[in-house]
Amino acid sequence: MATRFESVDEVIARLRDVDYLADATIGGVVYLADRLEKPVLVEGPAGVGKTELAKALSRATDARLIRLQCYEGLDEAKALYEWNYKKQLLRIQADREHETSWSDVEADIFAEPFLLTRPLLEAIRADDPVVLLIDEVDRVEIETEALLLEVLSDFQVSIPELGTIVGKQRPLVVLTSNNTRELSEALKRRCLYLHVDYPDLEREKDIVRVRVPEIDDELAGQVARVVRSIRDLELKKAPSISETIDWARTLLYLGTSEISPEVIGETLHVLLKYQSDIAKARKELVPASDAT
Amino acid sequence: MLDVLQGFVHELRGAGLPVSMTENLDAMRAVEHVDLADRDVFKAALGATLVKHHRHWRAFETVFDVYFSLHSPGVDADDPNAEEWAELAGQTSEAAGAGGGGEVTREELAEMLLNALMTMDRDELRRLAAAAVGAFAGMEPGRPVGGTYYLYRTLRQLDLDDLAARLIGRAQEEGDVPADALAARLQGEEYGGRLKVLRELIEAEIRRRLVADRGVEAMARTLRKPLPEDVDFMHASREEMLALQRAIYPLTRALAARLAQRRRRRHRGHLDFRRTVRASLSYGGVPAEPKFRHPHPSRPEIMVVADISGSVASFARFTLQFVYAMASQFSKVRSWVFIDGIDEVTRFFTESDDVTEAVHRVNTEADVVWVDGHSDYGHAFEVFENRHHLEVTNKTSLIFLGDARNNYHASQAWTLRALGERARHLYWLNPEPRGYWDTGDSIMAEYAPYCDGVYECRNLRQLERFVTTVAEG
Repeated sequence: MATRFESVDEVIARLRDVDYLADATIGGVVYLADRLEKPVLVEGPAGVGKTELAKALSRATDARLIRLQCYEGLDEAKALYEWNYKKQLLRIQADREHETSWSDVEADIFAEPFLLTRPLLEAIRADDPVVLLIDEVDRVEIETEALLLEVLSDFQVSIPELGTIVGKQRPLVVLTSNNTRELSEALKRRCLYLHVDYPDLEREKDIVRVRVPEIDDELAGQVARVVRSIRDLELKKAPSISETIDWARTLLYLGTSEISPEVIGETLHVLLKYQSDIAKARKELVPASDAT
Repeated sequence: MLDVLQGFVHELRGAGLPVSMTENLDAMRAVEHVDLADRDVFKAALGATLVKHHRHWRAFETVFDVYFSLHSPGVDADDPNAEEWAELAGQTSEAAGAGGGGEVTREELAEMLLNALMTMDRDELRRLAAAAVGAFAGMEPGRPVGGTYYLYRTLRQLDLDDLAARLIGRAQEEGDVPADALAARLQGEEYGGRLKVLRELIEAEIRRRLVADRGVEAMARTLRKPLPEDVDFMHASREEMLALQRAIYPLTRALAARLAQRRRRRHRGHLDFRRTVRASLSYGGVPAEPKFRHPHPSRPEIMVVADISGSVASFARFTLQFVYAMASQFSKVRSWVFIDGIDEVTRFFTESDDVTEAVHRVNTEADVVWVDGHSDYGHAFEVFENRHHLEVTNKTSLIFLGDARNNYHASQAWTLRALGERARHLYWLNPEPRGYWDTGDSIMAEYAPYCDGVYECRNLRQLERFVTTVAEG
């Protein structure tokens, strides 16, 4: 089994090459996932780069990204495989003139050409390197989770008519969850667990610099400091990394060279999406300057 | 190594974390692949394999720090003897000496700390933290006091507030003068953050020495804290309370999602005869496909009546917050608070978006004192029944919160019977352990017969269970 990464540092370095800044924890867990051949379950607040991690991994390892977006009501037919019913029907119709026995037809229509692969099966049967992303796994019902178990632990799918299809290789598997419900123990047991939180000041500054290359060092630092200050307030929804990046871009377009309370007041809606949060942050950060 | 890991897993289980056999094996396989000298990566490896819930991370960190605090994992810490202690002490004075030369004074140490904090040199800070603990904590082997005592002694000597002021002064000298209040605020936070790092380093150092003194297992036991979902509301420390409050919002979201799902799937409504017959025509009159009416969405109304007297205040505060976080789930939530008088407080919650502020207003502005400000459930219920019994309908779920400690006043239990007859459900949540009910002035038994359920509700887990039961019924 060829491993993708030699060391934790290599993980971090290669992710950095594709503009994803991982800290030691993220790097360590990804490295282990590669070595132990286990899926990674990534949890954390919205917008801290959970999905981005999978995308970055696919870029870093030159692998195709196969994405299964979960939603309520997702079923086998959408996640694993489906028989191409129309094609099967055509086949039977076309056969009508010839006298073929029932068992021949049956053997024929439940064969590979009539199989529609869905993301999970596709990932298993892939010959080229792939990264499988199972996004927002907390959205499926707890019963549906069971669908994933066989894939996650043994990387195989059992199709009654065809038998068990075993994966040719072990791709990196990333599951993300926004923690809207408790995932089942069975699922968690099969995964490595990674909790991603808002980055610390230095990392956030670096992220801004990498994602908004035109920004100068000074401004990036200020952006990170203001965002941290806002996150310390008690808000309904703290600004996410993507919002920080949006904000940095906004500031750049406005031609701001230095962050003043007025600028914050005018652009706060980029960072915060609730009126009450904006009002609160404005009260905390902006009028303080009116006094001086 | 294997032994240390097993001890570690054992302690995690002791702290309440569910660690399964598979996870245990995974952890062992994982450590084979990582560089043991790299502490962060080692920690990430254990964390990823053993801890599957973010709420448990803190507990994991504490245990990790205790077990792997000594210089290399696997050090046998069972024989902390006087020599080792002396050696440790010697090391630290050497470390301190490396910076200042010979015996360091408080002033010199503060100066070195300032320098290190300005440049944020972590290794230097760690050394200095060790020196500070050595100089100020006055730790003696075998002395049965907790780490907080030493922490307090060290921090008092160091005077962090003074350090913070001097740090900012230093920064301004170096040309980082804040132009306005915003910049000043950011600067303050910046250096506050650095001091927090110092504080953590000092705590870690104290813990390290205590482990050396007492041994790993004893230390882990003393540090063992309940998991967030098991923290008792009534005895939660300020910090735990904050953690609980942060847990509320995701919890309610999770609950709401689960309940909505279940409600959607469970109710199918009555059989729609007309549509079933219509559908049967395409099967030659055989009703092969029964059709159902759409279910009536139930719109439960919730009325919460909470005791906010001193004895249960923290519980009520928390529960009110929880109820309002749940408001998105239910069409109508109204709430009252009482001590010996009773007052409706719904307006505070609708007027302000911010739950904390609303709870603060409830505590300061609500008119809840009638005679002397000691709980009088009887009177409060009587007034409530008088004023609001017409508003209680068969859609209403009434929830009473309190310990039923009535200061020997009349119980007026008939009010609950009257309300219970009108309401769809009447629940009582009691924050006291079941064993304490009906002792002293608690008269839970007098109210209990008129309630659909009386629940012990002392921690998040129990509260969660209660909400699930209610919302399903």
